[in-house]
Amino acid sequence: MSQNTSPPAATRAGLADRLPRWLVPNLTGVHLVAVFIALLLIGLLLVPVAQVMIVAFQDPATGAATLQNFVDFFRTSLFRESFWNSFYVSAMSVVVATVIALPLAYITTRFHFSGSILIQSLGFIPLIMPPFVGAVAMQLIFGRNGTVNLLLRDWFGFDIPFMEGLNGVILVQSIHYFPFILINLSASLRNIDRSMEEAAQNLGSHGLRLFRRIVFPLAMPGYIAGAALVFIKVFDDLGTPLLLNVNNMLAPQAFLRISSIGISDPMGYVISVILVVFSVLSLWASFLFMRGKDYATVQKGGGGMAKRTLKPAEKALAYATVIFILLLVLSPHIGLLLLSFGTIWSFAPLPDGYTFQNYVTMWEGSKTFIMNTVLYAGIAATLDVIIGTAIAYIVLRTQIFGRKGLDYLATAALAVPGVVLGIGYLRTFHAIDVPFTDKPMASWWVIIALALMIRRLPYALRACTAALQQVSHALEEAAESLGATKRRSIQKIVIPLMTGGILAGFVTSFATAAVELSATIMLVSSNNDAPLAYGIYLFMQTPSGRGAGAALGIVAVIVVAIGTIASQIIIERDKKLKSSGDAH
Amino acid sequence: MKKAGITIENVHLAFGDTEVLKGVNLDIQPGEFFAFLGPSGSGKSTLLRAIAGFGPTPKGRILIGDRDVVGLDPWKRNVGMVFQSYALWPHMSVRDNVAFGLKERKVPSAQIKTKVDAALELVDLAHLADRMPNQLSGGQQQRIALARTVVVEPDVLLLDEPLSNLDASLRVHMRRELLRLQRQLGLTTIFVTHDQEEANTTCDRMAVLDGGVIQQVGSPLELYDRPENLFVANFLGTANILEGKVEVDGNERRFVTNTGDQLSLPEGSTGEGGNIVLRPQNISISRTQAADSLPGTVQHSEFLGSQIRYLVSAGGTEIVVDQSHRAGHDWIETGADVHLVANTQSAVVL
Repeated sequence: MSQNTSPPAATRAGLADRLPRWLVPNLTGVHLVAVFIALLLIGLLLVPVAQVMIVAFQDPATGAATLQNFVDFFRTSLFRESFWNSFYVSAMSVVVATVIALPLAYITTRFHFSGSILIQSLGFIPLIMPPFVGAVAMQLIFGRNGTVNLLLRDWFGFDIPFMEGLNGVILVQSIHYFPFILINLSASLRNIDRSMEEAAQNLGSHGLRLFRRIVFPLAMPGYIAGAALVFIKVFDDLGTPLLLNVNNMLAPQAFLRISSIGISDPMGYVISVILVVFSVLSLWASFLFMRGKDYATVQKGGGGMAKRTLKPAEKALAYATVIFILLLVLSPHIGLLLLSFGTIWSFAPLPDGYTFQNYVTMWEGSKTFIMNTVLYAGIAATLDVIIGTAIAYIVLRTQIFGRKGLDYLATAALAVPGVVLGIGYLRTFHAIDVPFTDKPMASWWVIIALALMIRRLPYALRACTAALQQVSHALEEAAESLGATKRRSIQKIVIPLMTGGILAGFVTSFATAAVELSATIMLVSSNNDAPLAYGIYLFMQTPSGRGAGAALGIVAVIVVAIGTIASQIIIERDKKLKSSGDAH
Repeated sequence: MKKAGITIENVHLAFGDTEVLKGVNLDIQPGEFFAFLGPSGSGKSTLLRAIAGFGPTPKGRILIGDRDVVGLDPWKRNVGMVFQSYALWPHMSVRDNVAFGLKERKVPSAQIKTKVDAALELVDLAHLADRMPNQLSGGQQQRIALARTVVVEPDVLLLDEPLSNLDASLRVHMRRELLRLQRQLGLTTIFVTHDQEEANTTCDRMAVLDGGVIQQVGSPLELYDRPENLFVANFLGTANILEGKVEVDGNERRFVTNTGDQLSLPEGSTGEGGNIVLRPQNISISRTQAADSLPGTVQHSEFLGSQIRYLVSAGGTEIVVDQSHRAGHDWIETGADVHLVANTQSAVVL
């Protein structure tokens, strides 16, 4: 079990032998890798975030420690309003997302329902499109003069302010993020043993009372996990409010202060601190709530909840609900598609005519964006899986001191909103020049790729850890006992067996990094360095550019969709391969 | 508490195309402690769940008292069931778990408190009322599950393998506890188990099930001594089964094994089948030949403390013989030629 294969005695002979042992630690390649990764994470995550924190508590003129910036923040009515708006929008998005997710989760887990496959796709369709991409299309469908309201006005003489101000952000965000609640809630519903429910029925409970007293409380941990995630994501999101032109929220305010006033203005930093505190708080709250509440009660031989067959009327109602939600969830995609093929779409339920011109314009105007995206996301995803694999190996297979710390540090990126990371990079790297030039690093394109790498690392790390957990330690030990060195056995045994998981991690990291906006928008210094997400943002700024912007949005959706499907296929194939290996 | 009998008439039940119960008929007396005994897949749990109202709706009739409950929702049956997994709700305290059924029945809260306290007292766990279920041991959870069920004063009590999640020593204790409670409450009780010792030690009568069919119903003693078929004979205790046929010679009846060995049957014995069932303790082993003895060779022997178990090849098969052990008795070595004398008074011909 020794992790450190001792180097041959000859190399250690001499001076080292005569020194005390603690002066010559038995450093191996793995140790060096661990130290290197630790330095990288400190430099690219810890230091920038710490910078942001420090500046928020510093007097901009003298540099002395002060709380004055926070006092100023809460004295400004715009900031107070932004704070409450952010809070309100996040909370309401959780509510609306729950209203969408609850019936879907309930129908799939409690009934034999042939539409379950529809619901499963519902769970992943929204996630293949970054919310800000759909925001403009949603305006055209649900806005004051959008399809739905035009029809409502024609037929019934009234309209509904779906997209007015904060409503728009809430609608777009809840449609985009409800899958987090759906997935978590369904999983915990499925984990309730049927005897839990039967025992209640046996004692005289049924129907809604049974659901309220037994089923929902047992599913609560899953629900809270999903809801907390939705809350943070919405609270931190920059792209959607920006594109909907809702600026009186925290993230847009941070962006606007830094981009219009400059990186010395303390308000952007104060907002960053608030964003981080809320992220950490909601993660912590959901952790506290979950502690000691592992309600997964499925027994051996038990099989989740009893499923019931629907009566014809119930089936019709279930289908109607699912189809209505499906349409709602697909509306940004449909709208975007129409917009990308439409000539002019204004004050009309549908575009006036259809054309390919938008795609031509898009291609001419955004070759650079696409090339940049492939480059940045490629670098980020490659680094992610390399570092992810290394950390996974160090945590699971070595006894290196502080190995858990590496894991925590990499995962901590989850709690750092993109805006905050962006501001941190601007602040930290504007004073450092790119090697061999006199340009500041903050405006160097490599920094964008590194920011994306840090943002996606937690997800890649989870994928790599899962992949490594499936490789039995005995396989590695067998190689070592047959004479392979630590390095050889990692190269020849461990990595090849992890390939499926690593590849899946790479593809997901790539696809999601390709459409990341909140960190990159802070770091793009010239349009030549801009990636695709920023390109969409630029196009969407002008009404004439919307068609081409939508076309670019479609490209983004396709990239993410292909990535998601590919990673699913890779995971499935890998699973099959492994299980057939176990069969004999 | 009122006592209700249970009558099961021609019950069939299928999961899709798989028929699990194939025409079950059974009468359980009010106040009786009854067991369903059978191997896994025999349909015993399915039958129990059908009485409680879980699973597919069966064909046939299930009467509790004189009410046919087939098709009735589980919450309208007033049948108490204790689940194999106990199914204590992890988000509720012990007290809330036990009070649940009373709240569903809209019992006034003052009465709920009294009844819950009494029920917890009954299972000796009043001091744990404010704990959460995951802070309890397996045996305590089991007793809380029992309290939660009996507190609503059900017409019948159903126990689905209630002891299977407990360790061996606790199991013996709990089955005595169960019996004490059942006698104290006088509840008609059905106990599902695959463990014959559990059934033997607790129930008044039992039904042995196999393949969705009741094989035999009776008291533990009847079933052990007078099995009606080879399945029951084999399932209850160890049975030596020799093949052959019954020969009648005037007043004498004897069983002639396929190997030609003869065992004379007692007067008035019935049974004409081709098998004779001999329990290990009804065979004695000896080094010397006697009348009606089977010659054999000791293949293997095990010292079990109170007895020595020999495996002897004789009569065309391997026969298990139990000899009670007393200090100083000799232990017949493996390979020795011996003679087996069967006490055919207790033998059954099937």
